[in-house]
Amino acid sequence: MLAESSTATVAPAPLTILRVSEHTVEIVSDSGEGAQKCGQVFAAVSAKMGNGIWTVEIIPAEIQPPPRIPEGASGNRIRVGERAMTNWGDRTNLVIAFNEQVLLARHRVDALADNAVVFIEDKWARSDDPDIVAAWSAAMKELSTRNYRIIPVAMEDECLTLVDNPRKGKNMFALGLLACIYGRDMERIKDQIAYAFRKKSEEVYAQNVSLVELGFRWAEENIDFRVEIPTTEADKSLVVMNGNEALGMGAIAAGMELCAMYPITPATSVSHYLSEVFERFGGIVHQAEDEIAAAGVAIGASYAGKVAFTITSGPGLALKTEFLGLAIMTEIPLVVVNVQRGGPSTGLPTKVEQSDLLAALFAQTGDAPHVVVAPATIEECFHIMVTARRLAETFRTVVMVLSDANLASGVTPFPKPTLDERWQAAPLDLAPVRDGQKPYGWNPETGLSQRIIPGQPGGMYTLTGLSHDAGSKVAYSSGIHQHSSAMRSRKLAVLQSLLTPPTVYGDESGDLLVVGWGSTIGAIEEAVERARAEGLKVSSVHLRFLSPLEPGLKEIFARFKKVMTVEINYSDEVGDPYVTEENRRRGQLAFLLRASTLVDVDCWTRVPGEPLRPGSILDAIRGRMPRGGKA
Amino acid sequence: MTYSCGLLPVLNQDADEQHYEMSDYEGAGARWCPGCGDHSVLTAVQRLLSAEQMIPDQTMFVSGIGCSSRFPHYLRTYGFHGIHGRALPVATGIKLHRPELNVFVIMGDGDCTSIGAGHWLHALRYNMDLTVLMLDNGIYGLTKMQTSPTTPAGFKSNTQPRGGYLPPLNPIEVALGVTNASFVAQTAEWIPSHLYATLRAAWQHKGFSFVRILQRCPVFTPLIYQQAIQDPARIALLVHDDGVVTPELDKIYGTRVHHDLHDLAAARAIAEQTDHIHLGVFFRDPSKPRYEETRRVAPHTPAERVQLLEQEFARYAV
Repeated sequence: MLAESSTATVAPAPLTILRVSEHTVEIVSDSGEGAQKCGQVFAAVSAKMGNGIWTVEIIPAEIQPPPRIPEGASGNRIRVGERAMTNWGDRTNLVIAFNEQVLLARHRVDALADNAVVFIEDKWARSDDPDIVAAWSAAMKELSTRNYRIIPVAMEDECLTLVDNPRKGKNMFALGLLACIYGRDMERIKDQIAYAFRKKSEEVYAQNVSLVELGFRWAEENIDFRVEIPTTEADKSLVVMNGNEALGMGAIAAGMELCAMYPITPATSVSHYLSEVFERFGGIVHQAEDEIAAAGVAIGASYAGKVAFTITSGPGLALKTEFLGLAIMTEIPLVVVNVQRGGPSTGLPTKVEQSDLLAALFAQTGDAPHVVVAPATIEECFHIMVTARRLAETFRTVVMVLSDANLASGVTPFPKPTLDERWQAAPLDLAPVRDGQKPYGWNPETGLSQRIIPGQPGGMYTLTGLSHDAGSKVAYSSGIHQHSSAMRSRKLAVLQSLLTPPTVYGDESGDLLVVGWGSTIGAIEEAVERARAEGLKVSSVHLRFLSPLEPGLKEIFARFKKVMTVEINYSDEVGDPYVTEENRRRGQLAFLLRASTLVDVDCWTRVPGEPLRPGSILDAIRGRMPRGGKA
Repeated sequence: MTYSCGLLPVLNQDADEQHYEMSDYEGAGARWCPGCGDHSVLTAVQRLLSAEQMIPDQTMFVSGIGCSSRFPHYLRTYGFHGIHGRALPVATGIKLHRPELNVFVIMGDGDCTSIGAGHWLHALRYNMDLTVLMLDNGIYGLTKMQTSPTTPAGFKSNTQPRGGYLPPLNPIEVALGVTNASFVAQTAEWIPSHLYATLRAAWQHKGFSFVRILQRCPVFTPLIYQQAIQDPARIALLVHDDGVVTPELDKIYGTRVHHDLHDLAAARAIAEQTDHIHLGVFFRDPSKPRYEETRRVAPHTPAERVQLLEQEFARYAV
C-alpha cells in the first residue's frame, strides 16, 4: 500500500495521463449519504458524452443500516468504456469511499483491482472517538495486503467551507472529483444535476453545482493523474434506463392497462415507475392485499378483456402458483414478470440469481404448459413485454418473463425503440359470438381457440378450473381430460415451430459451447471473446425461450465436443464429498437441456450474490475445455 | 354508459326489448343434494335477475370452490368458477375494468371466512359495486364434513370428532369491523321472502353488499338452526323503512328490532348479541367511496399513448 499524506500537503505534481479503453468506478457510502445520486449523474453524463456504460447499484439489505458497518455499503459501480458495455465487468479501478468500513466491504468481496486507486474520507483517522480511530487503523492494515493506491481526502472539511451539513454535500464533491479525473463536461453535469434534483428548489441546485465545482478544483490542484477514455459521437437516438424501468415502459408500449402487484424486492421498482406515470396513459397499478390477490385481480381483468400483468419476485411467484395454474387451465392470457432474486425462501432479496427457472417452468401442479421467456439485456426488458402480451393472447396462456436483479438495477443505454400503434390494440371486442362458437373451440391441429369475454351477446358460459370440454362443461369422462390436456400442450409445440434456432456467438463448431440465459449474456460473450483471443475454440448461445425451448439445440450441440451452461444458480461440483456424476445436482438450464436433448451437458454455476464476472467465466472456460485438443 | 375499458359497447342494448323470465336464467340442472339451502338461494337469485331484468350476457357470477361455488354452472349468465377462497380478487379484476357488468360473488363459509379471509376484509374496504353472497352452512360439505370457522362450538366433524374447539367466527361482526364497509346484511335460506328481499336490497345498494345467508347442509349440519326453525321467537327481524321490508312475515316473526341502518355502533351492538338470530340489514352507507370510481382513469387512444410514450422516452434520452 502506498499511503499518501493527507489533503493539505499533497503537492501538485506532473500530470500522468492514463489512456484506457475502459475503467470501472465505484462510489460507496453509508446508506443515505447520496453515493447513488453521484454515481447516477456520473454515469448519465458519461453516456451523454458518448461512452458506453453499465451501472449497477450496491444495495444494503436494510433501509437505514447503522453507520460505518461493511454490511451497510451503498452506492454505484459504473463501468465506463469506449465501446458499448454489456455487463458490469471484473474489478473496480477507482473507488471513492466515505468511510473505511464500506471500503472494507468492497475489498472483502474482491471487488477492487489490485492496483485500484482509492479515495477515502480521512476524517475518521482524526476522530475524537478512540474506537473509530482504532477501526480506521485496523482497516488500513487489512487493506495493506493489496497494492491499492490509497489517497486520503478530507472531503467533509472541504465541504464545510460551503455548507453547514457535510453529510448532504459530500456526494457532489465526489462527483466534481470524478469529473476532473475523467474529464467530464461540466455543462452536462449541471444539466444532469438540474434533472436529478428537479423536485427540489433552485437553491438546492445552485448549492450542488458549487459543491461539484469545489470537488473539481480540489482534484485539479491535488491529483496527479487523469483518465482518458475515448468517446465516440453520442448516438442521439439512445435512451438510458434500468431494466425495471424498461419493463414498465414495455408494459405501456404493449398496450397494458393494469399492473397488479404486491410489494417485493427487487420487482417493486417497476410498479414505482408505473405508479408515477401509468394513469397518464389510462392504466393503473393495483397494489393488492397479497401476492395471490395480485394474480387474481390480473386474471379477472384479463378474463374480462383487458390487458393485465402481474409482477413479482421469487417468494411471490410461489404464492401465485395456484392462480397461474387456473389461468393455464382456463386459457386466460396473462403476463407474469418475475424479477428473480436469490432463494430459496427469503434468500437474498436484493441480489441477483437465476434460480427460479425450474419453478417458473414446473411449479404448477398437474400438467400446466405455458410460455417462459427471459430477456437477456435491458433493451430486451422493454421489447419482451410486447412479445409476451402477443404470445399470451395468441396462445391463450400464461407467459412468464424471467428478469433478475442484475437487469433490474443495471443501467445502460440502448437504441430508443420504435413504437407501433398496433401494439396498443384492444385484444378483442364485444361483437356477438359466432354461431356454434365455443369457449374452447380448439383447432384439433394446433389447440388454438378464440376466447369469449363477458358481455359478448350469446356467449354465456361458466369458466371453470375443473377439467372441461370445448364448451367449458365439467368433464366427467377420462377421454375429455386426455384431449383437453393435449390441446393445451399442443400450443407450445406450435409456438416452437414458429421460432428460429438461436444464433451461435463465435464459430459454428468447436471444442466448447457455452449456453446461457437471461442477464448473463454480456459477461458470457465477453469471456468467450477473450477465450477466443487466447486461441480456445469456444462459442456460446444464449436462450430467450425456455418454454418452449428454442429449436435446433440438439443439432447445434452436436457440432461441439462439449456443452456447458453458465448460470447464476447452485450446482454441485463433482469431486465434492459424496458428489458423483450420478447424484450431482446440476444448474437449472443444464437440467432442462439434458432432459430435452439427451446431450451430456455440463454446467458451471455460482451464487455469489452478484453478477458473474467475465473474468470468472473465462477461468471456468479454461478449466473446462474438453481434453483431446483440437476439434 | 361509460366504457373505461376501450372495448366496443354493445350498440343495440336499448333496442333489446326481450323480457327475461326466471327460466331464461336457468343453466345446467343443479346437482346439489335434495334439501340443500343452495337451491333456495339459486331460486331467489333467479327471481332477482328477472325482477331487475338483468341482461344475461351482461351479468356474471364469480365463485370459489365448494358446494355453493357450483352456483354459476346452474345459471345462464357468464360464470367464473375459480379456485378456493379467491373469488373476490377475480371479481375485483373484472369489476375494475368492466364496471358496466352486473357482478355477483358466491362464496361458502370456508371460502370467505377461512382460506379467503384476507381477501374478504380487503374487498369490504375496496367497496366495489359487487353483490356478495356468503352461503354459510357452517361446514365444509364438498370435502365431507370438516369444521369451518363458522361451525358451532362442540359440533362433531371429521376433523374435530370430539367437538369443535373454538367459538365460531361471527362474520357479521367481522364485516362491520372493517373500515369502509358499506352494506352488511344477514338472512336465512329457510325464509324465502326474507332471503329475496335481502338479496334485492343488496343488489340495489351501490357498493360492496355483503350478505351472509344462514343455511343448513342437509347431510352434515341439518339441525344447526333447528331451534330457530321450530321457534320463530328466536329470530329477530331488523326493521327499518329503508331496509328489508317483509310485512308478510309479521305474523310469524313477532320479535322485531327497529334499527337505524346508518348507525354503525348500533349495528355492531346488535351483531354481538346472542339471544336472537338477527336477520335484516345491519348497516348501509351508500356514500362510502368505491374503488372502481376512485381509480377510474380516462381512456386513451393508441395514438395518444404512443405520443405520450415518445415524450416519456425524451426523459430518458442520452
